[in-house]
Amino acid sequence: MSNKILVALDGSDGSKRALSAAAAHAKLAGFDLVLAYVIDWSPYSFHTPQELEERHQRRESEIQRANDSILTPEIAALEADGLKVETVVHHGKIAETLLELGKQQGATQIYIGRRGESRLQAMIFGSVSAALVQTSTVPVTVVP
Amino acid sequence: MKRIFYVFAVLVSSISGAQAGIDETINAATAPIATLVGQIVFFKIPVFGAQLPVVVLWLVAGAVFFTFYMGFINLRGFKHALHLVRGDYADPDSHGEVSHFQALATAVSGTVGIGNIGGVAVAVTVGGPGATFWLIVAGFLGMSTKFVECTLGVKYRKEFEDGHVSGGPMYYLRQGFSDRGMAGFGKFLGTFYAIGIFIGALGIGNMFQSNQAYVQLNNVSGGALDGLGWLVGLVLAGVVFSVIIGGIKSIARVTEKIVPFMAVFYCLFAIIVILMNAGTIPQAIANIFTGAFTGEGVAGGALGAMIIGFQRAVFSNEAGIGSASIAHSAVKTDEPVTEGIVSLLEPFIDTIVICTITALVIGTAQVAAPDFAGDAQGVAMTSAAFEREFSWFPIPLAFAALLFAFSTMISWSYYGLKGWTYLFGESDRGQTIYKLIFCAFVALGCVVQLGPILDISDALVFLICVPNILGLYFLAPIVKREMDSYFARVQSGEIRKFK
Repeated sequence: MSNKILVALDGSDGSKRALSAAAAHAKLAGFDLVLAYVIDWSPYSFHTPQELEERHQRRESEIQRANDSILTPEIAALEADGLKVETVVHHGKIAETLLELGKQQGATQIYIGRRGESRLQAMIFGSVSAALVQTSTVPVTVVP
Repeated sequence: MKRIFYVFAVLVSSISGAQAGIDETINAATAPIATLVGQIVFFKIPVFGAQLPVVVLWLVAGAVFFTFYMGFINLRGFKHALHLVRGDYADPDSHGEVSHFQALATAVSGTVGIGNIGGVAVAVTVGGPGATFWLIVAGFLGMSTKFVECTLGVKYRKEFEDGHVSGGPMYYLRQGFSDRGMAGFGKFLGTFYAIGIFIGALGIGNMFQSNQAYVQLNNVSGGALDGLGWLVGLVLAGVVFSVIIGGIKSIARVTEKIVPFMAVFYCLFAIIVILMNAGTIPQAIANIFTGAFTGEGVAGGALGAMIIGFQRAVFSNEAGIGSASIAHSAVKTDEPVTEGIVSLLEPFIDTIVICTITALVIGTAQVAAPDFAGDAQGVAMTSAAFEREFSWFPIPLAFAALLFAFSTMISWSYYGLKGWTYLFGESDRGQTIYKLIFCAFVALGCVVQLGPILDISDALVFLICVPNILGLYFLAPIVKREMDSYFARVQSGEIRKFK
């Protein structure tokens, strides 16, 4: 089994820089890539009955959208570069879920971007990378 | 969207414009019907000098039966319910679907309402402190009824091709009876239920709520809103409109977030108030127990106290009415029983926890100062009990009442919608018509004093518990089978914890 690098993507410039750094690393080391997108979700939020009813459809479309607009567009270029790429979309608390996915996939490295596009995104994403660094059991590379 | 709003504005303005005098005409026309319907639905039989409404007997008999038949699921399932809500059994691969916690929180927002604040005061005024005891007993038994109806709601819901679902008593009545070879009867009961829940959604789930919210606001503002019911009604209707038609999720989300917070805030202060009267707690509790069995000073004695307690409990937690079953049906799950088990926490939170706390606030105040409330009744009485310790409390309390009313309206708008789509189909156009009617009634509730119409709606909501519980009796063996199989699989480890 070859080693895998998990890359956290969210469509931001920071995460794209993380991806290219991870791709370079993977190519040199002969590792595989796992592109992960985590949709922020908590089981303890509140909804109206109408939202509960629509939840299942909405989940499907969220996953679809993440695949179509964030993950799939990256695959072709990476594969052309000779890399083996897998993708995964999951709901949950971002840092926690990334770690969990890393474990599931047997990743030995995690790459994450530090800055998102907007200030708000950067704020959220920043805390994610910090949380990841503190709790991860595998090396984490935070790409500025 | 613009056109819908225009129609809505015309509807509402014509209602507020026609306000003067029109309520009297409507009242005069509907009063005899209301009296008749009320007499039929709340038909009372005299038992040992107390007046026992048959419908209450019907509900309690059902709750007792289900408690025994399901082997005290209300006790047995309690711990498992907590595990489910905590997410111990949630498969990480199903993350992003509705969690058990979310389903419960939504259903609780729909039931926790003005009844928890004012209804208890009414119970204690009419039924004495002993009514509290029977209120708790009824809450405990109601947990079993909730379990049965919510399990069935999920089991017999209808899933449409695009993935959305509709469920509730009308669906399990129709399908359940048809499975037993009584298709015609099931169809009749389903339709009857759907009409009842639709009218109930306009009455106690809507006009009553907006009306009480207005009364509360007017009270705390010292009458500054006298005659401005149309304005409050318009604002409320506008907010409801923006949520259910405009799809402005943020308002709903904010409310759904604040409501549980308010409930916790309310309980916290209630406990503080109770502790501030610590010396009177033993006496207050003693009063509850002696009152429950002697019924001193209550019309009908102990039985009178019992009836009042039971009636208020049902008003508050809606067990047996089937409404929560509609909310739970929306949840995607492979095990209907888990939804049922989670739902048995609703009567527990609503009646056993919140109502009891309110009762103790009033009870301790009564021991300390028997005349603390003066002539105040209902919400005002509870408010007065809090005011003894915190003079500023009536204002947040009124705010809480407003939010409770709002979240109850949002929930009931959904229940009514499901009744409507059951009757008229799932077309978007039809749903918009229903929602417009719903908003118009929100405004109407603040404007007119329509006692008799509310009475009719109130009676109808109780009337739908007749077909509902009848259906529960018929379908209980199916629930029992599913329940036994589920617990066997939990025992054997086939259904395992993920945490």
